[in-house]
Amino acid sequence: MEHNKESMVKKVNLPLTEKTEQNLKAGDNLLLSGVLYVARDAAHKRMVEALDRGEPLPFDIEGQTLYYMGPSPSPPGRVIGSAGPTTSARLDGYTPRLLAAGLKAMIGKGVRSLEVREAMKKHKAVYLAAVGGAGALISQTIIKSEVVAYPELGPEAVLKLEVKDFPATVINDIHGGDLYVEGKAKYRK
Amino acid sequence: MRLIMAADITEAVSDLFKQANCELGEDVLAALDKARREEESPLGRAAIDTILENARIAATEKIPLCQDCGAAVVFLEIGQDVLVVKGGLYAAVNEGVRRAYNEGYLRRSMVYHPFSHRTNTGDNTPAVIHTDIVPGNKLKISVLPKGGGAENMAKLAMLLPASGRKGVADFVVKAVAEAWSNPCPPVIVGVGIGGTAEKAMTMAKHALLRKVGEPSPDAENADLEQEILDKVNNLGIGPMGYGGRITALAVHVESFPAHITALPVAVNLQCHSARHRETVI
Repeated sequence: MEHNKESMVKKVNLPLTEKTEQNLKAGDNLLLSGVLYVARDAAHKRMVEALDRGEPLPFDIEGQTLYYMGPSPSPPGRVIGSAGPTTSARLDGYTPRLLAAGLKAMIGKGVRSLEVREAMKKHKAVYLAAVGGAGALISQTIIKSEVVAYPELGPEAVLKLEVKDFPATVINDIHGGDLYVEGKAKYRK
Repeated sequence: MRLIMAADITEAVSDLFKQANCELGEDVLAALDKARREEESPLGRAAIDTILENARIAATEKIPLCQDCGAAVVFLEIGQDVLVVKGGLYAAVNEGVRRAYNEGYLRRSMVYHPFSHRTNTGDNTPAVIHTDIVPGNKLKISVLPKGGGAENMAKLAMLLPASGRKGVADFVVKAVAEAWSNPCPPVIVGVGIGGTAEKAMTMAKHALLRKVGEPSPDAENADLEQEILDKVNNLGIGPMGYGGRITALAVHVESFPAHITALPVAVNLQCHSARHRETVI
């Protein structure tokens, strides 16, 4: 992990190592580089159904990062269309199962359920937010995109992305920090 | 009587949706600039910087501001002396939506049935169309691509008339507080007060078409807008919920007379990516 002191942004490689994860604090601004997987509602449902049947997941989720996103169509010559985060709360019902299966980090937007926050503590996982509605900017940090599972789901298929300097902010760290709760408390009048 | 060709309506609707999805209006950009200056929280300022930089990239690169290109909401004000020819009015609007979302590489997000057949319609139709008949011989078309994150935070209350102005303000502030980080703040808070249940919600949505921060022409509503804005911005939620002063860019209130037994209040939130465009044919 490099620190860029001028802008107070931490450069972080994905997948996260245990050591990097230890150093993440709620409120840190990050630039992520490396691999992350994209899945939203339909793919989550399929993955949890696979776990229920005792089947392996279509990709090795151990230590990996999930990004909740459904891109707009790629115009010709582009890797991907607009690609900002979707509301994480819709995935809350599926998340504890995936955390138990080894998921280490999630990127989305908006507050998680108490259950998910508890499961994150138990499995030492972090929740990051990307700026909602910044899909055009985020798309420029995605250098490769490929479908790795459930192609029949079309725009909801699981994607593997390679990103360079993808901007994200730590919401829930592994030390109990919660930016949504602390930020609101700090500026409330 | 003035004839308007259905094909001209299709073209106008298509152009408006393409433009709305890639370019934020001057009013929204100005409101975000002001928010950037006033925000005390460093993380909040950084989020607004990202939002403004995103707007610049989307406009130059002609890619959608947000991957959620919305449900296609359309408000029509049709002069009673207008006759639409060579095609149906709603068919023409839907064809415009179809064309914009297909040609413009906009995400299609509509499914056939809300609970039994959630398969994509493939072209983002049908549009949600609101029609008003007005005097004159013109057709005003306003489009509002409405993203799911903010729309899902809409709230309606049928308050007791005795709740009064305080009850209204409290309900709206609570709706924004409960929405918290989900609707992509800083939001614009659309509020409809009075009429009936559906009238209140339609006003709350229609209020989002107003230029951001322009006060209501009604002095009492304008005063209520300011009161609610101050209270909402004291919640501390801030840009993207990271904590901060600016939770809302503006509050827009519309009102209508109400039944003797009723005080309906509707809240419809608009995310910071407040995409709307209008034209007059």
